[in-house]
Amino acid sequence: MENIIEIRHLQKYFGENEVLKDINFSVNKGEVVCIIGSSGSGKSTLLRCLNLLEQPTSGEILYHGQNILEHDMSNAVYRAKMGMVFQQFNLFNNLSVLENCTVGQIKVLKRSAKEAKKTAMEYLELVGMSGFIDARPHQISGGQKQRVAIARALSMEPEALLFDEPTSALDPEMVGEVLKVMKSLAGSGLTMLVVTHEMAFARDVARRVVFMDGGVIAEEDTPEVIFNNPNNERTRIFLKRILDN
Amino acid sequence: MAVDANSSFIQWVIYIVQNYWPLFLRGAEVTLIISLTGTIIGFAIGILIGIIRTIPIDSNTHILKRAVYKVVNVLLLIYIEVFRGTPMIVQAMVVFYGVAMIWGIHLTTFAAGIFIVSINTGAYMAEIVRGGIISIDKGQFEAAHAIGMTHSQTMAFIVLPQAIRNILPALSNEFVINIKDTSVLNVIGVTELFFQSKSAAGNNYRYFEVFLITCLVYLVMTFTVTRILRYWEKRLEGPDVYTIHGSQTVPEAEIKIVGKK
Repeated sequence: MENIIEIRHLQKYFGENEVLKDINFSVNKGEVVCIIGSSGSGKSTLLRCLNLLEQPTSGEILYHGQNILEHDMSNAVYRAKMGMVFQQFNLFNNLSVLENCTVGQIKVLKRSAKEAKKTAMEYLELVGMSGFIDARPHQISGGQKQRVAIARALSMEPEALLFDEPTSALDPEMVGEVLKVMKSLAGSGLTMLVVTHEMAFARDVARRVVFMDGGVIAEEDTPEVIFNNPNNERTRIFLKRILDN
Repeated sequence: MAVDANSSFIQWVIYIVQNYWPLFLRGAEVTLIISLTGTIIGFAIGILIGIIRTIPIDSNTHILKRAVYKVVNVLLLIYIEVFRGTPMIVQAMVVFYGVAMIWGIHLTTFAAGIFIVSINTGAYMAEIVRGGIISIDKGQFEAAHAIGMTHSQTMAFIVLPQAIRNILPALSNEFVINIKDTSVLNVIGVTELFFQSKSAAGNNYRYFEVFLITCLVYLVMTFTVTRILRYWEKRLEGPDVYTIHGSQTVPEAEIKIVGKK
C-alpha cells in the first residue's frame, strides 16, 4: 500500500526534555490511525511535528519518499497538504465562517473567490454548517466551531487530515456531533490521523491504533488487539484506567 | 462692540470671540491637520516596526539573516527609546534647527511639525502594535500556518486585522494626546491653536479670557474626536446578529439570531 508519510528515527527535545524518542511510524493512504496515550506521552507533539508546527530535533519525515526536513520543499506547500484540526478550534476570529474556509484556498492555493466559495460550501454542507456562513466564530458554539474547523481543513483538499484531540475542549453534549462528522469522513476514505481520548471512536473507526507512552510508541496494532488483547503491559494498564472511569 | 480696561470679563470674552474667531479657527485647523496626519503616519511607522520586531527568528534561520535582524532591531530600539524618553518640545527644537544646521534643509514649520509628531507617535505606536501582535492567540498563527500560509500572509490576513482592532482604543488615545501636544510646536513657530491664541492674547493683554476660549476649543476637538473614534470602533466589531441561510431542510430563508457575546 502506498504510504503518504513515513517517519524515521524522529526525536524531539524541549530543552533538556526528550519528548519523542526515536519514533518510527508510517501512515498509508486512506487509513484512519488513532493515537492514544496519557497526557505527556508525546502524542500531540508527534502530530505537531508531522505538520512542522514543532521542528523535530532529528530524524526524517518522508512525504511520498521525500524528506521534508531537508527544505527541498517549502514548509508552506507541505503544510497545505496536511490538514490540521486543533483542540481549541483556532478559527480565524476576524473572518466569517465562510471566509475561514476560503482564505486558505484563495491565498495559498490561488483559487478564484468563486471557486473557493464553491468548494467551501461543499464541505460546510458536509459538516452541516452551510447555514451559518455569515456567522463570526464568537457567535457559534464549540461543536459548531469544530465542525467549521474541519470544513476549513477539508477545503484545502489535503492528502491527510491530522486531528489533535478534536473533542477534548468541547462540552459533553457537543462531542457527538463532531465525532459523527469524523466518522463519516473516515467512511469516505480520507486519510486521518487522530490523537484522541475517545476510546469508542478509536475502537469503531480506526484501522490501526497507536499507543504512546513516555515518548515512544509502546504498541501499534489493530483496534481489536489493542482493546481486547494488548501485548504490552503498559497498554493494558492505560486502557484499564481509562475504561474504568 | 468696544472694550476698554474697565470692561467686564464677559464683555472681553465676547469681544475676543467676535474679533478673533477666524484666528482660533485657523489655529484649530492647523492643530487638527498636524495631529491627524502625524497620528496616521505614526501609526504606519508603528505597524511597520511592530511587524519587523515580531518576525520569528530561531536557530533554523540563516546566520546572515539573523545578524541583519539583530542590527535592525537594535536601531529600532534606539529610535523607540530616544523618542519615548525625551520631551516632544525638545525634539521639535533639535529636529527643526538640527536639520537646518547639519543638512542645510530648511523645513517649513508646518512640515517640521508633521514630521516631529509622526516620528514621536511612531515610537509609541511601535510598542503598542508589538503588544497587539503578541497578544493574539498563538492558535491563530498555528491555524494559519497549518493551512499553508506564509508568515507574511498570516500577518496580513489573520493577525494584523485582529491586532489593529485591539489597539484601536490606544490609537484613539494617541490621537487625542497629539491634538493637545501639538501645542508644544509653538516653540518652532507652527501656527497651531496655542500659537494663535498667544498672539490674540498678546494683542489685547487678556490672557485669561483668550486661553479660556482656547481651552474650550481644545475640549470640543478632543471630545468630538473621541466620540467619532468610539463609534468607529463599535462599527468594526461587526453586527451583533447574523443570518442563518435556508437549505433544503430549512426552508425559511432568513432567521436572525442574536449573537453570543
